Amino acid sequence: MIPPRFEYHAPKSVGEAVALLGQLGSDAKLLAGGHSLLPMMKLRFAQPAHLIDINRIPELRGIREAGGQVVIGAMTVENDLITSPIVQAKLPLLAEAAKLIADPQVRNRGTIGGDIAHGDPGNDHPALSIAIEASFVLEGPNGRRTVAADGFFLGTYMTLLEENEVMVEIHAPAFAQGTGWAYEKLKRKTGDWATAGCAVVMRKSGNTVSHVRIALTNVAPTALRAEAAEAALLGQAFTPATVQAAADAATAICDPAEDLRGDAEYKTAMAGEMVKRALAKAWARCA
Amino acid sequence: MAKKLITVSVNGKSEEKAVEPRTLLIHFLREELNLTGAHIGCETSHCGACTVDIDGRSVKSCTHLAVQCDGSEVLTVEGLANKGVLHAVQEGFYKEHGLQCGFCTPGMLMRAYRFLHENPNPSEEEIRMGMSGNLCRCTGYQNIVKAVQHAAKKLQETATA
Repeated sequence: MIPPRFEYHAPKSVGEAVALLGQLGSDAKLLAGGHSLLPMMKLRFAQPAHLIDINRIPELRGIREAGGQVVIGAMTVENDLITSPIVQAKLPLLAEAAKLIADPQVRNRGTIGGDIAHGDPGNDHPALSIAIEASFVLEGPNGRRTVAADGFFLGTYMTLLEENEVMVEIHAPAFAQGTGWAYEKLKRKTGDWATAGCAVVMRKSGNTVSHVRIALTNVAPTALRAEAAEAALLGQAFTPATVQAAADAATAICDPAEDLRGDAEYKTAMAGEMVKRALAKAWARCA
Repeated sequence: MAKKLITVSVNGKSEEKAVEPRTLLIHFLREELNLTGAHIGCETSHCGACTVDIDGRSVKSCTHLAVQCDGSEVLTVEGLANKGVLHAVQEGFYKEHGLQCGFCTPGMLMRAYRFLHENPNPSEEEIRMGMSGNLCRCTGYQNIVKAVQHAAKKLQETATA
């Protein structure tokens, strides 16, 4: 399978990429890792007249700390998240979860920004971003703006990213001392998308939950923040009853699409199970 | 659609070619350079039969444009043996019966080659995860794991010799 014909552009800076997007309009698509876009082009689900390859823009790659924030270039590939000492120490959830995305070869090409900006509910970084309270820096013709992950995802393949914008960076606060985390992803085989997935970040004070973020993968048209599930735990003792209440609140907001991974009822039930497993693992890691 | 002139080092040899932007690396290798070792399998980045090395990383060449390799170093299975002497991963697959039909083997070899650079002393579990982007439909994975273990041992012996 060969993609349809297109003109190829390889800007060297974000400014150049934004200018090209402005000039070419909706006939253009950004090419990040290409592991969603190129297969879609082969199948003629996408037929952009222009591809703007942002792989040759050095400022879009790399991981650094700034104040209490971890700053990740949008074109940083999954394997570089896994091996980054900064991510391992400050956002260990990302280093651990990235190992569950696709396979080693794909992780050498697939980028965190592409995974987020694509808006596919099967992708893992949307829920992870919500759980770590990330924000995204987007650059367009009028400069940069920062938007929160929570609220960024509007629908399947629809996000707050405008057609003339490039995602530049992902910012997230470094985990405070004692933070627990987990990403539980049910999949049919290594490398698969989630049948259901749950990301949790939490902190405790004694036996009480003092902070909790719960986000779900692939059980609705977008990644979901399970706010009612968080409310069921926040300020409460961590007990089988409060965990069950959180899982019930999370399953109540699930609206999964039926596919080969299962029907809606099964996926919803599995989402509840992933919530319980992720909460148990994150709680055990809290200090 | 104008062709783009690219310069790529393939197995140590510099190649300068004009390519259509939509030409995938796998087609560039097989049809422009007659390097038919890397195979076209699933064409959707699942099976790994097209795995090659680009600038020291394993990549599925069915999901990568040739034009993106301008200035890069590509290694294919044709570049593994040295003057007719099999590389340790090739020897491993041969000695441990790591193949039956052989269709997946070029990708397996290229991934095993890079994986053992990344992790020279892997556990069995690490081998299975490290090779998880390559599918085999006939050998089963047991002998492939043994082949990688054989290669790891041989590379370590060579390194310490």
